Amino acid sequence: MKRALQLCVAGAVLAACAGAPVEQRPVLSENDLSEIHAVLKRDFRARGSAGMARVEPDAVQRLCNLHDNVPPGEAAQAIEAEQLRAIKFPEGSLIGDRKRGQRIAQSGRGLQWTDAPGEAGGGSCYNCHQLSPQEASFGTLGPSLLGFGKVRGAGPETQKYAFGRIYNSKAYSLCSQMPRLGHSGTLTEQQIKDLVAYLLDPDSPVNK
Amino acid sequence: MHRLRHAAAWLAAALAAAAAPALAQDLKKEIQKYQQMIAEGSPVELFELEGEALWRRRQGPANVSLESCDLGQGPGVLKGAYAHLPRYFADADRVMDLEARLLHCMMTLQGRSRDEVTKRLFGNEDRLSEMEYLSAYIAARSQGVAMSPGTSHPKERASYELGRKLYFYRAGPWDFSCTSCHGEEGKRIRMQDLPVLSSPLAARPVMATWPAYRVSNSQFKTMQWRINDCYRQMRMPEPTYASDATIALTMFLTVTGKGEPYRGPGTKR
Repeated sequence: MKRALQLCVAGAVLAACAGAPVEQRPVLSENDLSEIHAVLKRDFRARGSAGMARVEPDAVQRLCNLHDNVPPGEAAQAIEAEQLRAIKFPEGSLIGDRKRGQRIAQSGRGLQWTDAPGEAGGGSCYNCHQLSPQEASFGTLGPSLLGFGKVRGAGPETQKYAFGRIYNSKAYSLCSQMPRLGHSGTLTEQQIKDLVAYLLDPDSPVNK
Repeated sequence: MHRLRHAAAWLAAALAAAAAPALAQDLKKEIQKYQQMIAEGSPVELFELEGEALWRRRQGPANVSLESCDLGQGPGVLKGAYAHLPRYFADADRVMDLEARLLHCMMTLQGRSRDEVTKRLFGNEDRLSEMEYLSAYIAARSQGVAMSPGTSHPKERASYELGRKLYFYRAGPWDFSCTSCHGEEGKRIRMQDLPVLSSPLAARPVMATWPAYRVSNSQFKTMQWRINDCYRQMRMPEPTYASDATIALTMFLTVTGKGEPYRGPGTKR
C-alpha cells in the first residue's frame, strides 16, 4: 500500500491513482513526532488565549499519535488510569441545571483565539452528538445520546460516569475523539454538572 | 444585497480610476460590464476583475506591477499557473502555494515590506483583501486545467510528506487532528457534511474549487484562510500565513486530489 502511494506521488502510474482510494495514513515514528513538534513551534504563533504551550504534546497525544489511535493495551491502561485519577469529582449530587445544560450543549464557543478570554465556553455537544429530538441540527461524529438518561437512569454511578466522561473522555478510552472538556479548562465543574442534568434528568428533552 | 454592495464598491473604484475625461468611453464600458454582471449574479467575476486591476497596478517602492511575477509557468504567465501549485521555486529555494508566491513577488518585485503585504490578508464582506482579489483572478485562469502540483523535486516530496503527517497528527487542548473531522466517511458536524480529504475521491472536487465564494457570509476565501480557520476551530495557536506547515497541508491535499480539472473559483455554502 505504501509502495503504491509512492508510485502515485511520483506520478509514475497515474491511472492506478485516479479515483481509487489510497491508504494515506502515515505510521508516525518518534522522529516524526519530534519533527512535527519543531514545525509547529516554528510555523505557529500565539494569538489571543491560544498560546504556544498548546503545541506541547502530553502523554495521551504522544501514545495515540505513535500508534494511530490504537495504542498497546498495557501502556494505554496505565495512562487512562492516570487521566481518571486527575478528574476532580465534586462531592454530592452531580446534577446541575438542565436548562443551562442545554445552552452549554448548543454552544460551540471556547478556547478559540477569537473567543474572549474569560467568556463562558460551550460543550460543542451538538456538533457531534444527537441529544434532544427537538434539535434537528446535530452532528454524527459521536454516538447519538438520545434518551441517554432514560436508558441508564440517574443514579450516582451514572452521574459519575457522565461527569467523568465529559470532564476527560480519555480516562475511559485513551484515544477517544472527544475533547477533554474539563481537563482542558473548556468547561467549569458547574457547567459539566449542568450537562449531566441535561443528559440524565427525566424531565430533560433528551429523555422525552 | 452583499453582492450588490461588492458591485457598487467595484463600480466606485472604476469611476475613480476613470476620472479623466479621455476615459469616459472606458467608463461607459465598465458600467455596461457592471450591469451585465449584476444581471448574471456572479460576484466572483467582479472579484476577478478587481484582481486583474490589482495584478496590473504599479505598486510599492519599485512602482511596478505584478505582471512580471513568475507563478511557475514563466514571468506573467497565468494560464494554468494555479493548477500547477504548490510547486518548488528555485529562486526562493522553497515550495510555495499561490499566496506564498504572490507575497514573494510583492516583496521582491514591488519592493514592498512583509509587514505591509501581510497587514490585511483576510478581507470581509465589505471588501476583500488584495490577496483574495488576486487569487480569484489568477485561479480562474486555470479553468479546465488538470490539477497537477509539483511532485518531482525533493522539497516537493518533503512538503507532501510533512503535510500528510500533519493531517493525522493530534495536538492542542482538544487533541484534534484534521482527521477529527475529516477522517471518516459519511460524518457531519451539525448539518455540514465532512469530506475525508485524505481520500482522492473526496479531495478532487474540493481542491478543484478553491479559492471560493462563501454564500453564507458573502466572503471570498482562499486556501490559506481555510487552513487557518480549521486550526482556529481545532483550538490551536494560529498558523503563520504562507508558512511551510500550511503549504505542506495544501500540498498534501492537492496531490491527493490531483488530476481533477480546475473549475473554480467555487461557490461554497
